[in-house]
Amino acid sequence: MNRRTFLQTTAATAVAAAAGLPARAADPLKVGFIYVGPIGDMGWSYQHDQARQAIAKEFGDKIVTTYVENVPEGPDAERALTQLALEGNQLIFATSFGFMDATVNVAKKFPKVKFEHATGYKRADNLATYDARFYEGRAIQGTIAGRMTKSNKIGYIGSFPIPEVVQGINSAYIHAKKVNPDVEIKVVWAYTWFDPAKEADAAAALIAEGCDVIMQHTDSTAPQAKAQEAGNVITFGQASDMAAFAPMPRVTSTIDNWEPYYKKRVAAMLDGSWTSESTWGGIGTGMVKIGEISSAVPAEVKAEVEALEAKIASGEYHPFTGPLNKQDGSAWLAAGATPDDGTLAGMNFFVEGIKAELPK
Amino acid sequence: MILGGIDIVTLIATLMAASTPVLLAATGELVAEKSGVLNLGVEGMMIIGAVAGFAAAVGTGSPVLGFLGGALAGALLATLFAVLTQVFLSNQTATGLALTMFGLGLSALFGKGFEGVRPPATGKVPFGPLSEIPGLGRILFSHDWVVYLSLALVVAVWAFLRFTRAGLILRAVGENAEAAHALGYRVVAVRLMALAFGGALAGMGGAYLSLVRVPQWTEGMTAGAGWIALAIVVFASWRAGRVLIGAYLFGGITALQLQLQAAGYAIPVHLLSMAPYVLTIVVLVVLSAIHRRGVQAAPAALGRSFHAST
Repeated sequence: MNRRTFLQTTAATAVAAAAGLPARAADPLKVGFIYVGPIGDMGWSYQHDQARQAIAKEFGDKIVTTYVENVPEGPDAERALTQLALEGNQLIFATSFGFMDATVNVAKKFPKVKFEHATGYKRADNLATYDARFYEGRAIQGTIAGRMTKSNKIGYIGSFPIPEVVQGINSAYIHAKKVNPDVEIKVVWAYTWFDPAKEADAAAALIAEGCDVIMQHTDSTAPQAKAQEAGNVITFGQASDMAAFAPMPRVTSTIDNWEPYYKKRVAAMLDGSWTSESTWGGIGTGMVKIGEISSAVPAEVKAEVEALEAKIASGEYHPFTGPLNKQDGSAWLAAGATPDDGTLAGMNFFVEGIKAELPK
Repeated sequence: MILGGIDIVTLIATLMAASTPVLLAATGELVAEKSGVLNLGVEGMMIIGAVAGFAAAVGTGSPVLGFLGGALAGALLATLFAVLTQVFLSNQTATGLALTMFGLGLSALFGKGFEGVRPPATGKVPFGPLSEIPGLGRILFSHDWVVYLSLALVVAVWAFLRFTRAGLILRAVGENAEAAHALGYRVVAVRLMALAFGGALAGMGGAYLSLVRVPQWTEGMTAGAGWIALAIVVFASWRAGRVLIGAYLFGGITALQLQLQAAGYAIPVHLLSMAPYVLTIVVLVVLSAIHRRGVQAAPAALGRSFHAST
């Protein structure tokens, strides 16, 4: 428990004791958020908080937003969510995969409160899920990586071996391989979303292994800082634009653009049309944005990935298009076939060609 | 030099940098504990050093001033601890734990404005052609000055404790405060200085995290490094040389598990991360076995309050 959550518990208790009543209709809608890292991580949590600020501005005095940052995945998340619900928040966003079970539990306890869980797959009548197709951004990154690498080694800092991360590794590898058959991908699992020192060490280890492209699926900018130190290594902004590291090492970025979704959901709460659904947005719907491609990327590569981005946006091209085999050589997708979202959401294998072993 | 897919030279060079924060903190804590005081607030002093060092370096543009700022902040926090435990005779364990929580909270408060800021780079020491020597050059001559300072401090602390009169007094205070007092040594003054020195090194270790190893400030970034430093002092059985071994072993395992992964080994990460702690327990068991034969590792007065009237 940190100071903020403590203050909120205290405040919530005081409010509950003083009022003892549910929120009245004329009151502003209270919207709560929990973040897995600090909003100053300049990545994942920062981006969610940007969207929170945007809706606070958009809806003005019709809503009140609250957030709790640095919430560890696990029992603490349940406590933070319960506090937000007790405080009278009617719509609560839980913004990390590891909050899933905690959100399911708390949603059961507060059937009148609406919950939204990011990147998970468990839903309930008052629990919606939303996710972005980060693997579409990885297709762009993989293409740039395959074209620009000189050592033919791509380093990938994974957080946890969960489908969302596995999709990213597979997509990056498929697209790098497509433009550069000699490319190989090295994966280091950090087993954390946010630990700057460890992320920095992981980046350093990959760079020492000869990787001149570093992709990260963790939340801090530490790998960017390490790559900058190394000089000739390129990186991609993760979750947020991370433009402070452009034009080198950050050559482009995958930006999680939660703002339109949050606006839509808050508006639905306000007019009473909120329903539990699962949203999986990509480049096409604007939930995934590709950051500015920096001057370090050769013009023809830039043109190539812009064309790719357009094809993904229009739905003409799916980053997982067959023929594709699984790592063990067994067939996965026939030529031209694409997987359905259910298969993708549960992806737990590497594609053929990746040498790293996926931890069980 | 490649051994089993791992570049040994890179591994050693990486682990030296990765271990420097805990090495500094553990060396400082060693001196404090040698004077008979157990300061469990290392984590708090490190994180305060991390934020203060970062602020000083960003504010002045000079990493050297940053490290000084970090050391100063760590020493200040340690002085607070020293006043509480040595003058007001508060319980050392409880006060140390409180110091950690205080440091974490205070640093988060002060650090708000520094999130996302980039610190000035700490340069490598220019060794010229020496750093071009294959293998050895990477290991010995490719680091920033703080790495060398941390090594020099280990040697200095070792020599101080072993060969100097002041070091003898410090050890006497830690072994038997009453006897030292009876001989006319100022026990509290000696402990105050030892604690301040320990705090300064912890603060400097924290500054190394935020200025070199990551390099950026983020809340709670020490992530338990202070506790590892405390474990290393025990692991080292209160000997300066072994502190160096312990710190490089702990740091080395982290660096090794990441490099093994990068080299494509499917390794049980959790087992490897656990290894140093298991080793510490083994060392403790071995120490207590030796202890029965009359060799004492921990300073005899460690953790006991001293007052001149007792």
